[in-house]
Amino acid sequence: MEKAIDKTGVKIGMWIFLYSEVLLFGGLFVLYAVYFHAFPEDFALGGKELNRIFGTANTLVLLISSFTVAASITAIQQRRKGLAIGLLVFSLLCGLAFLINKYFEWGAKFHHDLYPNSDLLLDSDPGFNIFFGLYYTITGLHGLHVIIGMVLLAISLVLVARNKISAERYAMLENSGLYWHLVDLIWIFVFPLFYLVL
Amino acid sequence: MEQVKSFYETPSPAGLTGIKAWLLTHDHKRLALMYLWAVFFWLVLAVFLGMALRLELMFIGETIMPPEIYNSFFTLHGVIMIFLFVIPAIPAIFGNFFLPIQIGADDVFFPRLNLFSWYLYMFGGLLAVISLFTGDGFADTGWTFYVPFSVTTETNVSLTVTAAFILGMSSMLTGLNFVTTVHRMRVKGMGWLQIPLFTWSIYATAWVQILATPVVSITLVLVVLERFLNIGLFDPAKGGDPLLYQHLFWMYSHPAVYIMILPGMGIISEIIPVFSRKAIFGYKGIVVSSMAIAIAGSLVWAHHMYTSGMSDVSVFVFSLLTYLVAIPTAVKVFSWVSTMYKGSILMTPPLFMSLIFIYLFTVGGLTGLVLGAAGTDIHVHDTTFVVAHFHFTMFGGTGFAFFAGLHYWWPKMFGIMYDFKKAYIAAVLATVGFIFHYIPMFILGMQGMPRRYYDYLPHFETGNFLAGFGGILMVIGIMLMFINLWASFRVREPASADPWGGTTLEWSVPSPPPLHNFVEEPKILEYPYDFSGVLARAAKNKG
Amino acid sequence: MNEHESEHILPYGFLAQILAGLVLLTAVTVGVSYIDWGFLNVPIALFVASSKATLVLLFFMHIKYEGMVIKVSFISTMLVLAILISFTFWDVAFR
Repeated sequence: MEKAIDKTGVKIGMWIFLYSEVLLFGGLFVLYAVYFHAFPEDFALGGKELNRIFGTANTLVLLISSFTVAASITAIQQRRKGLAIGLLVFSLLCGLAFLINKYFEWGAKFHHDLYPNSDLLLDSDPGFNIFFGLYYTITGLHGLHVIIGMVLLAISLVLVARNKISAERYAMLENSGLYWHLVDLIWIFVFPLFYLVL
Repeated sequence: MEQVKSFYETPSPAGLTGIKAWLLTHDHKRLALMYLWAVFFWLVLAVFLGMALRLELMFIGETIMPPEIYNSFFTLHGVIMIFLFVIPAIPAIFGNFFLPIQIGADDVFFPRLNLFSWYLYMFGGLLAVISLFTGDGFADTGWTFYVPFSVTTETNVSLTVTAAFILGMSSMLTGLNFVTTVHRMRVKGMGWLQIPLFTWSIYATAWVQILATPVVSITLVLVVLERFLNIGLFDPAKGGDPLLYQHLFWMYSHPAVYIMILPGMGIISEIIPVFSRKAIFGYKGIVVSSMAIAIAGSLVWAHHMYTSGMSDVSVFVFSLLTYLVAIPTAVKVFSWVSTMYKGSILMTPPLFMSLIFIYLFTVGGLTGLVLGAAGTDIHVHDTTFVVAHFHFTMFGGTGFAFFAGLHYWWPKMFGIMYDFKKAYIAAVLATVGFIFHYIPMFILGMQGMPRRYYDYLPHFETGNFLAGFGGILMVIGIMLMFINLWASFRVREPASADPWGGTTLEWSVPSPPPLHNFVEEPKILEYPYDFSGVLARAAKNKG
Repeated sequence: MNEHESEHILPYGFLAQILAGLVLLTAVTVGVSYIDWGFLNVPIALFVASSKATLVLLFFMHIKYEGMVIKVSFISTMLVLAILISFTFWDVAFR
C-alpha cells in the first residue's frame, strides 16, 4: 500500500450509508405520521396495550450500550485493549438483553391474539389493526438492525482481540459504533411513538 | 507517447489471470466493462421484448401472444429497462470508467465495495431471470407494482420485487462510492468548479441514488410483507390506504427519472463543447442546474397521481412544483445550443447523436409539461401519450445519450475506432424509426387509447400499425449500431490518446488507459473546457 | 486534506455525563406521558426524543467534531425526510 488510509473518507462513506438507513426507516415514519393523523384514538388505544416498563427498560439498555460502545473507542484510542474488550462484550450483552426483552414482549402480544392478520385484529377497528401492523413492521425491522449491529460489534471485538484494531487503525470499530448508535437513534424515536402515545 | 501497458495487461490485484482477473478485480475500468457487457445483454433482451409488444399491437386481436404473456412481457420490459438498463447504464459504465479519471484519481474510493455492487447487480438480474421460470409466472403488474393488485395477483411478484430491492442496493452503493470519491480523491489543485460536467452530473445523481433508493426499498419490502403476512398497511378493508403505496413508490421513482436523465445530460455537456471547439456556455449554470434538478426533482413525486383520488390541494401544489423542474432543464438545453452558436463545429457520430438527443429530449420535456399541468393530464393520464412522453425522455434522452457516450468514449475504453459511416446510418435509422414509433402514440393517447391494453378499437389500428412499423425500423437501427461497434474489434483500427481533441483529463492518458490511469502527474486546466491548447495544436499540424 | 484528521478522545467521565443526560430525558418523557397534555402530547414526546437524538449524534457519534461535509449532508438528509413526511400531508390533510 503506497498511500495512507484516508480515515475521513471512510467515515464519510459510513455516514452516507447511515443516511440510507435513516431514509429506509423514514418511509415507515411517513406511514406512521399519516396513519396517526387518520386514527389518533385507535393509536392511543393501541399504545395502552404496550407495556411502558418493557419499553423503558429496553430504552435504557440501548442507551447504556451506546455509552459503552462510545467508551470502547476512547479505550482503544488510549491503548487500553482489555477495557475495550470488556466494554464491547458488555455492549453485546445489552444487545442480547434487548432482543430477549423484545422476544418476551412479542410473545405476550401473540398470547393476547395480537399479531398480524389475527382474528382479534381483523374484528377490531381498522386503526387498531394499522397500529399493530406498524408496530410489528417497525420494531421487527429495528430488531433486524439490532442483530446486524451486534454482528458488526462482534466482528470488531474479534479484531480488537487479534490486535487488528489498534489506536492507529480503528475505522472498523468506529463504523460499527456509528451503526450501533444509529440503531439507538431510531429506537429513541420508536419508543415514544409506540409506547407513550396517548 | 511512449508505450505503457494498458489496464488489460495489468490485472488488479496483481497476479490474477484469466477470468479471475475480471471476476475478482478491484479496477474501476474492468468493472465498468463488466457492467457494459451485462447492460448490453439486458438492453438487447428488453428491446426485443418491447418489439414483441409492438408486434402484438400492430393488428387487432391476438397476433403473436396471449394476453397473460402480454401482461408479463410489458412488466418484464419495464423492470429490465428501468432497473437493469436505464438506472445503472451511464453511472455504472461511464461513471465507473471516467469519473475517477476525470478528477485525476487512480480508482474509486472503495474499490472492493465497487466489486460488491457489481455482484449485487448480477445477483439482482439473476433473481429477475429466476422469477421468470418459477412460481406462477413473471409478475404481471407493470414495473410500478401498484397495490392492491400486486398483493393479490397469483404471479411471482415477491421474487421480482426482491430483485428490484437488490438492484436498488447496488445502485445506492455505487452512489455512495462516487460521492466519497469526488469528495476525497480529487487531484490536488482541482477545485469544485474545475470538475468536468460529466462528473458533476454523476455526483448530483449519486446523491439522489443515496437518498431516494431506500424509500422504494422499504416500500417493496412492505409489498412482500403484505403478501406473506397480510398486515393490511395498504389494504382499505383493514384500515390501510393504497394511495400511500403510490406516494412511497413515487418518492423514489420520480427522483429516479432524474437518476436516469442527469448522467445523460452530463455526457451531452461533455460532447457538445469538444466538437464545437468552444468553451461550454454557462459552466456554472449547468452545475447549478444539475444540483437544482436533483433537489427539485425530489419535491414533485405526486404529479404521477393526479387522477388517483388524492386531495385537490395536493394536485395544485405538486403541479406548481413540477413546473419548477422545467427551469433548470431548460437552462441546460439553452447552454448546449448557445455553446454551438458560432463554434467551429466538427461533425462526428457522438455529436450527431447528441444533437438527436437534444431534439428528442426537448420533445419529451415539453410533452412533460402537458402531463405536469393537472388539467391536461386528466385527459391523457394512463394513455399511450404518457408512454410516448417517457420514452422520448428515457430512450430519446438517456438512450441516445448512452449511444452518444458509447461512441464518444469507445476509442478511449478499447483503444480502437469504429466506422463512422455505418454509425451515421444506424443513428438515422434508429431516429426515423423512433419518430415513427412514438409520434403515433402521442396521437393515439390524445384520442384516448389507454396504455398497457392488449387490444383496442378499430379506429386505433392505423396508429398502432405505424408504431409497430417504426419499432421495427428502430430495432434495425440499434442492432446496426451495435454490430458496427462490434466490428471495430475485428478491424482494430487503433485510436490515438486524444482522437477528438478533448480537454478533460481522460484525453490526456493513453487509450486504453494504464492500470493507475495516469502516466504522469495530471495537469489541471484553470478551466476544464479551455480549448486554446487544442486549437493551437490543430493550427500547428495544418501549417 | 488534513484539517479534520486530528482525533478527539472523549474522556469517560464526559461520556457518562451524556449518558446521565439521556437517562434523565428518558425519565422525563416517560413521566410526562402519564399526564394528558391534550394536543401537546406528541410535540412534547418528539421534542424530548429529538433532544436525546441530538445528544447521541453530537457526542456519541462525534458529529460535533466532524468536518463540514458530514454536518451539511446530515442536515440535508433530515430535511429530505422532513419534506417526504410534510409533503405527503398536502394530500392526506386536505382529503
